[in-house]
Amino acid sequence: MERVPILKIGQTLFVSIQIDLQDESVIRLQEDLADELAATGAHGVIIDITAVEIVDSFIGRMLTTIGSISRLFDAETVLVGMRPAVAITLTELGLSLSGVRTALNTEKGLEILNGKS
Amino acid sequence: MDVVGTNERMAAFLRDNHDKVVGRWTDLVAAGVRGRTSREEVRRELEDLYALIVRVLSRADEHAAGELTATLDELSRGRARDGFSPTETAVGVFSLKEAVYELVADSAELAPEFYSLSRMVDDLGLRTFEAYSAAREQIIADQSTAMLELSTPVVQLWDGVIAVPLVGTLDSARTQLVMEKLLDTLVTTGADHAVIDITGVPTVDTEVAQHLLKTVSAARLLGAECTISGIRPQVAQTIVSLGIEFGDIATKASLADALALALRQAGLKVVPL
Amino acid sequence: MDELPIQSGDDVVRVRQSVRNAAADNGLSLVDQTKLVTAASELARNTLVHGGGGRARVEVVKSANGRAGVKLYFTDEGPGITDIELALTDGWTTGTGLGLGLSGARRLVDEFELTSKPGGGTSVTVVKWSR
Repeated sequence: MERVPILKIGQTLFVSIQIDLQDESVIRLQEDLADELAATGAHGVIIDITAVEIVDSFIGRMLTTIGSISRLFDAETVLVGMRPAVAITLTELGLSLSGVRTALNTEKGLEILNGKS
Repeated sequence: MDVVGTNERMAAFLRDNHDKVVGRWTDLVAAGVRGRTSREEVRRELEDLYALIVRVLSRADEHAAGELTATLDELSRGRARDGFSPTETAVGVFSLKEAVYELVADSAELAPEFYSLSRMVDDLGLRTFEAYSAAREQIIADQSTAMLELSTPVVQLWDGVIAVPLVGTLDSARTQLVMEKLLDTLVTTGADHAVIDITGVPTVDTEVAQHLLKTVSAARLLGAECTISGIRPQVAQTIVSLGIEFGDIATKASLADALALALRQAGLKVVPL
Repeated sequence: MDELPIQSGDDVVRVRQSVRNAAADNGLSLVDQTKLVTAASELARNTLVHGGGGRARVEVVKSANGRAGVKLYFTDEGPGITDIELALTDGWTTGTGLGLGLSGARRLVDEFELTSKPGGGTSVTVVKWSR
């Protein structure tokens, strides 16, 4: 099973999803992030999905759940780099992913995280 | 009537008289072509059809029928593209009957066989009509798409602010296109604000509102905020009376107001020189 | 026509890739490819999670006016769906379940057909055409 690495830079956790994730890996990522947030007290999480071609309801729910979990640790999550085709499909699916901030890229994602007081 | 035997006899007849019949058929079809395609081309097409018809009649294999309809459809589409009317194409197919009849007219022997072939050719001719129809519909659909593309520009108003002026009805096909262009432009310009102007949208009902909401939803997934501008007084009243809620999406009367709002949100101010 | 088993999470990933290839090879636009693969992902997962495992088939089809399309079949011999109407409504806000998978998948494709009998398995067929 593929395990998605989590990088810590300053007060932010970085996750970059590069491959077609299998359900088990998705659940594992959620658990690993919760562990990291608890252990490090990071203030923000950036999840880069630039390379992700498919976001279905399972992955969508995972992302929303990660957003909720982060907030419990007083951290904000920003989802960056969603592909247009993925955004259109998610909208058609009826998933708005409310509860997670979004940005075009990591740079803008960091601006959001640093903007928050 | 023993259909199988009858058809096999006709198949044999067609095989035995191949050159005469195909030759005559080619003459009849070429006469109606008026230079839009060459005689050799016509002969080649008819040879293919002929061979398939013989295969179907003699029940040589189970793929023949499928191949015959596929070949006929391809022929019809080609004819439609070349400007032939569906009647011309159908008449071309029907004239096989004439070519065969000229050979069997004298003897009464092959009457049932000819009748059976005749019915089969009638079906084939009718099928070309249907294929023509379908081909025309595809052309219309393609043109619609092209028109849709032309009427959906996305422009950059300022650094970080883009606008989508919608003109005409907003149906689901258009919404798809708007979403695609809007999102692609957000990526290429790095904009974080989009103004969707609906001045040119004649009616805003619950369906149109849903399409607008979908579009805003998609843009937000790319981190952009949206403002809907161009709400005319009439439209405003309709929206309220229908109970449509735009929720937390900002709406403005004019594109100018929306631009001012977008600039303010970007921390910019317009001052005189 | 490809037949693929759906017995594990890895199988679901394989189904996605197979569908992606078929869609790309047959002229579907990028957005349409994404929609079809996402629908396939939902349906494959349903087959695995709710149907106890099953199989998928990927077929290339042609419409009357010559457009190519991709047809997908998802079959399982699981418990089946008792209330199909309910399963096809948007129940995603009320937690996990078939609701979102099926109704969402339906919105993403051009043709959608579902047959199911309580105790008699489920079969879902979808088609997405190129434009």
